[in-house]
Amino acid sequence: MGELIEIRWHGRGGQGAKTAALLLADAALGEGKHIQAFPEYGPERMGAPVQAFNRISEEPIRLHCQVTNPSIVVVLDPTLVGSVNVVAGLPEDGIILINTAETPAAVRERLSIKGLKVFTVDASGIAKEKIGRDVPNTPMMGALIKVTNLLDFTKMLEDNKKKLTKKFRNKPEVIAGNLEAIETAYREVKSE
Amino acid sequence: MKENINSWKDLPIGGIVDEPGTAMAYKTGDWRTLRPIHNSEKCINCLACWIYCPDSAIILKDGKVESIDLEHCKGCGICAHECPPKVKAIEMVDEADFR
Amino acid sequence: MGKTRVARTGNEAMAEAIRQINPDVVAAYPITPATEVMQIFATYVADGLVDTELVPTESEHSAMSAAIGAQVAGARTMTATSSQGLALMYEMLYIAAGLRLPLIMAEVNRALSAPINIHCDHGDTMGGRDAGWIQIFSENSQEAYDNLIQAVRIAEHSDVLLPIMVTTDGFIISHAMEDIDIYSDGEVRDFIGTYKPLQPALDYKKPITVGSIDFVDYYFEHRRALAQAMSNAKNAILEVGREFGSKFGQEYGFYEAYKLDDAEVAMVCLGSTAGTGKDAVDNLRKRGIKAGLLKVRVFRPFPAEELAARLKDVPQICVLDRSDALAATGGPLYAELLAAMFEDRADHTVINRIYGLGGRDIKVGEIEELLSSQVSAAAGGKSIDRIGYLGVRE
Ligand code: SF4
Ligand code: SF4
Repeated sequence: MGELIEIRWHGRGGQGAKTAALLLADAALGEGKHIQAFPEYGPERMGAPVQAFNRISEEPIRLHCQVTNPSIVVVLDPTLVGSVNVVAGLPEDGIILINTAETPAAVRERLSIKGLKVFTVDASGIAKEKIGRDVPNTPMMGALIKVTNLLDFTKMLEDNKKKLTKKFRNKPEVIAGNLEAIETAYREVKSE
Repeated sequence: MKENINSWKDLPIGGIVDEPGTAMAYKTGDWRTLRPIHNSEKCINCLACWIYCPDSAIILKDGKVESIDLEHCKGCGICAHECPPKVKAIEMVDEADFR
Repeated sequence: MGKTRVARTGNEAMAEAIRQINPDVVAAYPITPATEVMQIFATYVADGLVDTELVPTESEHSAMSAAIGAQVAGARTMTATSSQGLALMYEMLYIAAGLRLPLIMAEVNRALSAPINIHCDHGDTMGGRDAGWIQIFSENSQEAYDNLIQAVRIAEHSDVLLPIMVTTDGFIISHAMEDIDIYSDGEVRDFIGTYKPLQPALDYKKPITVGSIDFVDYYFEHRRALAQAMSNAKNAILEVGREFGSKFGQEYGFYEAYKLDDAEVAMVCLGSTAGTGKDAVDNLRKRGIKAGLLKVRVFRPFPAEELAARLKDVPQICVLDRSDALAATGGPLYAELLAAMFEDRADHTVINRIYGLGGRDIKVGEIEELLSSQVSAAAGGKSIDRIGYLGVRE
């Protein structure tokens, strides 16, 4: 991974798109990469479609413009697909990862997506089962790493464990649930 | 106080006045058009004039009004106004009469 | 030397610097996008990580007033603001400078109303450019952090004693997380040293009067001294930038030149766009266009000679201004750079004399003398100072 990688996250206000971008950046930093994570700013309304962005590179990152041609798009909320142009700016060989119980083929069919590599994972289902709440951004990290090889999965898991341990010292079940959710999503993400 | 600073290089930084009591050097007495004349015969030394004078121009000695500091008295007449009506120990007269 | 690589937004980086600086007093009022700086710093105060007296005020005007009061009393004082907030401080900015108070401000660049807009431009900072504040722009979170640490030393430098604002671009930097290196608390504290106020008003053994009136008799001289302090700031900025470099690794000057040496075209700008511009320069060079970039870091004092010298051999120059001076002559960076560059090239000799400040009289004889000396200098082939003062007691 020599090149600069740009990622766009789609979510709804309050769903954690920005948090997901921050988490990924932090994990990448943990592997010695240079990072950027920033949200698209505007009036913040719960439920409104929002975007967040990452840049990850081996080299220091100097760009301070918006991300318009990401190579990777992550969709945290399946209901956005169809109402927001989630594939905008993606190149032919771009990657799109969607949180949905549907198969990649079904999504491709429904949205008539041409080109691109389509992946899906039921991150909401996994989150509800393992964490007890619909917080898809944590499991999505696992799936994203599986389909992109952006980071070393084992290291990322270790890194996450450390951070969660710090944050939830008195709630070991939260830590275990989160880690299991990441691992499950990593295993279960579907390709075509 | 440093008089007649000729160069900007010699001014205290930030325009501060670095000595206390410099208002003494500012002679407000020449603003006066009326001059207070104190009559110690009538004066009962209630010190109302001393309290009210905005320029601290009423000079006391041993708790009694001794004189008026004409270098700083600007002739506002407050002292005369505050002097008890039955006493009227300060009279404001035309400054021009003294020039 | 202990460097730690961390992920920080611009606001977090500035708050981190303020924590390490550990000022005696911070007075502030929240405004987007600078709010977070104080929000984060307030948690440091609440957690006892700093000794700072945090004064939350009811407006930015009050925040600057409180900061001035604290600094006059002898406290190392900081604040943070943005846009309309800086505009509301306007009256007090001049007072902080005139009183020669080394106040330190974290300023997050944001457009001015109307229409209301919370995003970045440099119009707010430019509004304070003639107020007597040193102004340093930052390209990214790292520079925002580094600049704020250096700001303490520059402002408090005994030849300077001026307030300073370190700016960063709203949202683009303030809310974007980047990887930056932070230094250990001990090293930062060693670098900034302890604040020794020149004449603290709370020293009852040496009573002083602050903010007294100056009529025609002394105002001009005080302003002349202020102008000299701004001029002295140039050396202080270089001195502190060099020392910072030897201690922390990254040296800072008035500007950063990127691939400028053989450039046929160069862009000149302030702030975060410099980063984006460097990528554009690389792309252009791949296409065979010899592009370069000059990032102006210090806008006040304006390093006119140095910028002009650095750009001397570049035939095509494009100045990018993220604010409009609304003067019908382009943006402020353009106007000032243009003036700097054409000083030696113009067919005319254009000189400047500052006169009449604070009502100082200007007499017919002085004007005659000035113009005739210019004419005779020209006739005799003698040089004449381009910038100077007329009627000040030298
Ligand atoms: S005239 Fe006014 S200034 Fe003069 S002594 Fe009386 S009160 Fe004071
Ligand atoms: S107010 Fe009148 S009576 Fe009282 S001390 Fe002054 S001059 Fe005397």
